[in-house]
Amino acid sequence: MIEVLSAGALATVQDLGRTGALNLGVGTSGAMDPLALAAGNILLRNEENAAALEIPLFPFRVRFTRPTVFAVTGADCAPQLDEAPVLPWWAHRADAGQVLALAVPSAATWRACRAYLCIAGGIDVPLVLGSRSTQLRGAFGGLEGRPLRDGDGLPIVATSDRAKTGFGITPPGLALPLEVDGLPAVRVLPAAEYDSFTPSSHEALWSEPWKITSQSDRYGYRLAGPELRPQRPMELRSHGIVPGVIQVPHGGQPIIQMRDAQPSGGYPKIGTVIDADLWRLGQAPIGSRIRFVLCSWDEALDALAATRRWLSNVRRLVELYCDQGAVR
Amino acid sequence: MTTNLPQLSLLGTTALLFEAPGETTLTTQRRIWALALEAGRLPGVREAVPGMNNLMVTFAEPPRHRGQLEHTLIELWHAVEPLPAAGRCLDLPVVYGGDGGPHMADVVAHTGLSVDDIVTIHSAPTYTVYALGSHPGYCYLGGMDRRIATPRRKVPVLRIPRGAVSIGGSQTGVSASDGPSGWNTIGSTEVAFFDVERTPPALLQPGDCIRFKPNRVLR
Repeated sequence: MIEVLSAGALATVQDLGRTGALNLGVGTSGAMDPLALAAGNILLRNEENAAALEIPLFPFRVRFTRPTVFAVTGADCAPQLDEAPVLPWWAHRADAGQVLALAVPSAATWRACRAYLCIAGGIDVPLVLGSRSTQLRGAFGGLEGRPLRDGDGLPIVATSDRAKTGFGITPPGLALPLEVDGLPAVRVLPAAEYDSFTPSSHEALWSEPWKITSQSDRYGYRLAGPELRPQRPMELRSHGIVPGVIQVPHGGQPIIQMRDAQPSGGYPKIGTVIDADLWRLGQAPIGSRIRFVLCSWDEALDALAATRRWLSNVRRLVELYCDQGAVR
Repeated sequence: MTTNLPQLSLLGTTALLFEAPGETTLTTQRRIWALALEAGRLPGVREAVPGMNNLMVTFAEPPRHRGQLEHTLIELWHAVEPLPAAGRCLDLPVVYGGDGGPHMADVVAHTGLSVDDIVTIHSAPTYTVYALGSHPGYCYLGGMDRRIATPRRKVPVLRIPRGAVSIGGSQTGVSASDGPSGWNTIGSTEVAFFDVERTPPALLQPGDCIRFKPNRVLR
């Protein structure tokens, strides 16, 4: 069991998301940075999809009621175990009663804003419609379908002590960087209404930085930048959409749909951030700026293959280390 | 949509969007349901999700060459027979206007109709559930009279309550839970569209229908 001493706000239980319930109107949810969650689980020799805590606001503190192997991935929030610094992206063992504290992320190491507390075995909440992710809108999944509160107790799946400690991995923010003119970039495939926007809108989309406004959360990122204009007003019929879709409401300021987004919508879509880059977006803090990069279908698939290669490389290294018992 | 051909477009590497040509009709939607059944069985497809006269097909694994799948979807579209729309009908009492219908004035302003006219026109049809989407249990309804069509809001509202009856473009619907929306809320009702403990969790499914019964009209 882990006890939440200081929940911050909007911390939730997440896995890699809920697929297969779109026809009930249920969106995917899941980790905003799926790479950090999957890699953290691999580090602890969990299934990639094991449930962990996603922490977007700090400080955040938990107490381990039993000896527990854990790793903090995602943002570097200077983790401390009983006030002794411990490394992020590293497998540690906590004794019963020890307190883990996470502070406001530092941008000095790598740019990221969400931390994942991964636990050997995974967080033991019930599978609901095939996933342990919190469905905030539907108020189910995760812990009672809601963000964590001070005093919550989270059960852990019993493990067979497969996890080893005392080693770590390089975060993807360092291993798979993507920047344009000093700003984090994400690759975009044009969507159905792309050609219906004005040439100056196209120009602005690709060449201007886009600020992530304070009205941004797990549902969507509302961006601020030059106004994007369709050549004529469009009213579309509602249709399925996915995380990453960049909608442009009539006001001309784009909204990127994120993990808790509605699975359908009707605003014009200028493009979609590719699946392989959603983790970058998930780690882009409010107030920061990002750039969009046009990409092709082949490039998007290559990017997906690259992130999978990175994950399988991590898995290979972890297994190698754990089999040997030590790195020489 | 002036073309007579279905349109296919990408939703990143996650899905394809298939859009049927022409005006939004129930006949087209019945073909969409039939297409969804067929498409959901295709290799490489995870889910086939009907929208309003369109279908989102999500990939189990995005194919390097999409041509075959796109071609198959179009072939199927021409081959399928419309599925029947034979479901149950739900009557919903609605309080129109007032605090529960904060955007009624915007619909009045856009349409030039009176509140009474809007209520009469909105509550006249039997609406068919075309698809589920948006949020758990939410029903997209077909059959709204175009005279009360009102564009989606310039900036979405961050929170409208469960039970909100709203108009977005030429569509209408009822929120199944509290949440953000770009639609214009004209009234409120009470109904539990979704309960994850229930099997199936959603109250209605495509082919069912809804009738709105004016309970009160607040001006």
